[in-house]
Amino acid sequence: MRENSSLTLVLNRTFRHWSLLPAVALFVALTIYPVANLFRMSVSTIEFAQAGEAWTFTPLRNLALLRADEVVPAAVRNTLIFVVAAVAIEMVLGLALAIIVAGAARGKGLIRTVMILPILVPPVAIGSIWKLLYNYDFGIFNQTLAALHLPPVNWLGSTSLALWSVVIVDVWHWVPFVFLILFAAVEALPVDVLEAARVDGATRWQLLRRVMLPLLRPAIVVALLFRTILAFKVFDEVFLLTSGGPGTSTELVTLHLYKVFFDQNQLGYGSLLSLALIAAIVAFLLVGRQAVRLARP
Amino acid sequence: MNTSATALSLPRSATTTPATAVGGGWIGTTLLALAVAAVLGPFAWILTASFKYQIAIYSGEWPFTPTLSNYAEVLFGRRSDFVGNVVNSLIVASASTALVLVVGTLAAYSLQRFRWPVWVSAGFLGWTLVFHMIPVMTLIGPWYVAFRELGLYDTRIALILTHVTINLPMTVWLMRAFFRELPPEIEEAALVDGCRPLEAFRRVTLPLVIPGLIASGILAFIFSWNEFPVALSLTSRDLATVPVAIARFAQQYEIQHSQMAAASIVSTIPAVILMALGQRFIVRGLTLGAVK
Repeated sequence: MRENSSLTLVLNRTFRHWSLLPAVALFVALTIYPVANLFRMSVSTIEFAQAGEAWTFTPLRNLALLRADEVVPAAVRNTLIFVVAAVAIEMVLGLALAIIVAGAARGKGLIRTVMILPILVPPVAIGSIWKLLYNYDFGIFNQTLAALHLPPVNWLGSTSLALWSVVIVDVWHWVPFVFLILFAAVEALPVDVLEAARVDGATRWQLLRRVMLPLLRPAIVVALLFRTILAFKVFDEVFLLTSGGPGTSTELVTLHLYKVFFDQNQLGYGSLLSLALIAAIVAFLLVGRQAVRLARP
Repeated sequence: MNTSATALSLPRSATTTPATAVGGGWIGTTLLALAVAAVLGPFAWILTASFKYQIAIYSGEWPFTPTLSNYAEVLFGRRSDFVGNVVNSLIVASASTALVLVVGTLAAYSLQRFRWPVWVSAGFLGWTLVFHMIPVMTLIGPWYVAFRELGLYDTRIALILTHVTINLPMTVWLMRAFFRELPPEIEEAALVDGCRPLEAFRRVTLPLVIPGLIASGILAFIFSWNEFPVALSLTSRDLATVPVAIARFAQQYEIQHSQMAAASIVSTIPAVILMALGQRFIVRGLTLGAVK
């Protein structure tokens, strides 16, 4: 029954080694090598000709492009506003919702199921759905305003409002994620501790502030960390909704990177921007890891 | 105020959930209903829009005469490649899911079961974490160059390989969490009974983590089906996936809003089917297995 071919023998003896090999090979080929290549590309100008690509060593040119690029400061600013505003609103709404809904008499199974939907639906479809909802002429928001005899609002076309319209979409998209993490944590709170506090005469506010929130802190930190990191990666919805416009009012770092690579065909300069972005994310990760450590009781 | 009185007078029965102390019963139920409506509302609006003629969307008339013409135009229209886009997405998502399950499960098992030097295991897991966190857009430049050099630019192979890479961190972390929950004695017993390591893995361990494989598989499929930036950058018109096709709808000079709505609804079908399979796995997958 058992084959004793030399191949199975070798496979068995070396299982330990080859079991990790495919994953390592894939990561080396498709992440480590590309990151290494980013360094080479970031000091080069790459042009595509009939015969293939032509690389020239021009480190100063890419730095000069970075210094002259007026979109970068706007993109960094917008990204920071977007991440801070969206994540803050999502955390507050998600936490409040989790705590209040946990007291609901029924429908908890329903809300768990429904909240998964925005997380699983293609982000591009979310962008397309909200582009229709926001439509100036016939979107649901302006239709509602018209029914109330109010003037229409240019949700995505106004420089002062567009970024906030994008934030609203992100809030709608990701409050469910924060909710699901924190709802599970609220449901797992130790009943006897809460009971003891209640018997000791703690008010609802004291119960929330002094008992529940400290117990929920690890889950809150996990939700906050993952939301912040995902928020920096946002691309799809904004590409659909505004593509960075009007002007640079919703330009985000990922959108700008895409445009530098594929609209301006600046592979070298784009690589320099990529490296800067990776460095910023790694720095944030290191700070975040420290924060998680401090949050552990 | 009567808040403390209510809190005190709450019955201390076994059915009291921890949070009834803060969230009142009917307030909770009302808010729950509102939240469900807020999530489903936009979908409902777009679903009705997808059954309207363009003119009915513009005029906002209600009630409207429903039509299937948008779906017919999107799926079978002469100028539409949408069925081809769906086929592309299905091929890429299925192949990349199968591959990432094999590669990721083996890696997770290896890291959990064998004693690797710390620099190997910590290095590998740490790098997957960093890679998972950085925007994929930062690597698209080098991918573009490398796939062009290899002649793989604008092929399904390039898309499948990148999707496997993107989903590998989640698969490894999720499967590792499942392997960690298995008592090592089960496998040790099999080894003592004369089972070879490979056989013990295949016949004893693997069947016990089938829930994990299903969860990882569902998530990998969904994320590959949804993936947009790489598909946008590494494929041309013929190999465009569903998200790329929807983005093209939105970028046309004269947007066909009703068809855009229909295409968006079609793109959400896998998510709707898999929605019922449980939030536990989805949240765990998104947080790399950090939350139970």
